[in-house]
Amino acid sequence: MQNPYLPYPVRIEEIITETEDKNLKTFKLVFINPEDEEKFKYQAGQFAELSVAGKGEIPIGIASSPTEKGFLMFTVNKVGLVTSCLHNMKAGDIMGVRGPLGNWYPWDIMEGKNVVIIGGGFAFTTLRSSIIYMLDPANRPKFKDIHVIYGARTPGMLLYRDELAEWEKRDDINMHITVDATDDPNWKYNIGFVPTITDQKAPPGNPDTYAIVCGPPIMIKFTQPVLDTLDYAHDHIIMSLEMRMKCGIGICGRCNIGKEYVCKDGPVFTLDQLNNMPKEY
Amino acid sequence: MKVIKIDKKNWAEGLKRLADKFPLFGPVQKDEFHIFKELHKDELPDLSLQNTRLSPKSVVYPQSETLFEYTLDEKQADHHILKEIDKDYLPRAVVGIRPCDAKAFLLVKRNFDTPEYKDPYWIKAYQAVTLIGYACNTPCSNCFCTTAGCGPFHEEGLDVLLVDAADHYLAQIMSEKGEKFITAAGWDTSAGANDLREQVQTLKQAAETKITARVSTDKLKDKDTTALFEASFWEDVAFACINCGTCTYACPTCWCFDIQDETFGSSGIRIRNWDSCMYPLFTHHGSGHNPRDMKMQRVRQRFMHKLKYYVDKYANGIQCVGCGRCIRLCPVNIDIRKVCDLMNSFES
Repeated sequence: MQNPYLPYPVRIEEIITETEDKNLKTFKLVFINPEDEEKFKYQAGQFAELSVAGKGEIPIGIASSPTEKGFLMFTVNKVGLVTSCLHNMKAGDIMGVRGPLGNWYPWDIMEGKNVVIIGGGFAFTTLRSSIIYMLDPANRPKFKDIHVIYGARTPGMLLYRDELAEWEKRDDINMHITVDATDDPNWKYNIGFVPTITDQKAPPGNPDTYAIVCGPPIMIKFTQPVLDTLDYAHDHIIMSLEMRMKCGIGICGRCNIGKEYVCKDGPVFTLDQLNNMPKEY
Repeated sequence: MKVIKIDKKNWAEGLKRLADKFPLFGPVQKDEFHIFKELHKDELPDLSLQNTRLSPKSVVYPQSETLFEYTLDEKQADHHILKEIDKDYLPRAVVGIRPCDAKAFLLVKRNFDTPEYKDPYWIKAYQAVTLIGYACNTPCSNCFCTTAGCGPFHEEGLDVLLVDAADHYLAQIMSEKGEKFITAAGWDTSAGANDLREQVQTLKQAAETKITARVSTDKLKDKDTTALFEASFWEDVAFACINCGTCTYACPTCWCFDIQDETFGSSGIRIRNWDSCMYPLFTHHGSGHNPRDMKMQRVRQRFMHKLKYYVDKYANGIQCVGCGRCIRLCPVNIDIRKVCDLMNSFES
């Protein structure tokens, strides 16, 4: 019987400080046993439990894309015991990864459709995974127009800035980067909150267009009315939820919303599904 | 299904023979209460009690259980890597488990043994046990098992059902494991006869009529989840609750757990402990956000889980066997029977 609680051992290959407040770091992890990478087949939108011996485990969205081979990538906000320990670790250190866990964005349903990605703050991790996945030459023809609306408080708080700049240059993806405010005279992108920029830049809703929305509760709260105005059907609005988790496999009992476990039945739900679930998240 | 007669004079001797072959667990008195524990040699299960204060779920699912071990000593080649440990899953028997507590394992199994994921610790421990049930001739005053999908002589989940009949036990053998158990004890299995089965039936009917407390669960399935979730009675139900968690620890069908690392010097273990939805930390996010930060939300979660979410998820009744422990032990007299009736009769 395979033990679903046993993490795969990994080595930290690289740690990148992402944001100017130094509170977000990206960890590039390499499997110590190469055969484990084969077993860890994932899709954009899934998460994993990062395991630090002596500290515990944390559920974190996978920021690397299934099209990127040889490593996994996670961007971690420093908030508690395990994340603080992770932030103090260095390249070469040994830790564990358990997964992949949860469901993923509905790539089969979105095939042949327009995809609008709306992200805010540090909830951009599985969205990065999704963008890299869709832009892969083997996958790009499967999707029509791709729009990305991504905002942070300041330019220095945006994740993956080098990649954002690269994507800006491409003509097969429409980038709408924004910040809440900045005094940087060289800032050449948008200024404004994500809901406002969504209102200005997002294509109107139709049966051929799906929106993936990931961000802090306040952003989601104000983006939803905008999407309603733009005529997005609720089964075309896809969201990814966060919850305190332990097992990650629907057994330990804490991350439920009604009868659904966010770890196993989610974290990805359509707004239509969420409308029919208790408001407890 | 075979029923045999075990003369009480041969009871101790048979158990002794069994104890030589594998570990026996049973109820014994410890201080004021009865608990289930491994019986040492010559110790007999105390069958004089009505039921133990805590359910015997810990025999399969210990309150604290080691999952892995690790070393932080960087001189060791496998430092910081979690490793599985050897665990004892050799056969064992639980003697004197009440039918409700045995049925509870079947309800809990749906959580630990799923098509997608198998919890190896729970499954192996459950497979290792032979459950020798002890029918309730005198049910507890707040049992409501007969309307909770169970009963004082309920057979599901048991390998043998023992029935106390004055100077002897009637043993109804229900599985191969049960047959092996009886044979290993050396009790005469040839003494089966039809009239013994009738005796069991008579005692069963007598016991069932003693259970007068009932719950209605027939309408739970058709209720709208979100309407029930938003029902106005939850504040009332939760008003007296002190979130002590006693109900969840005593319950044979509560399964939630926490996972923690414990380090001693440079070595340590990853353990899991029973947890409880009654505690705010259970759902407290790292960010500080907590979807169930008010006690009403936690009380509602406990009842909605047992009486609505479980019902909808498995289409196999409620997540409760009617043992009555949470009613007996609740320090503020919250009564699941009343809550169940409130939910079942709720009109939005």
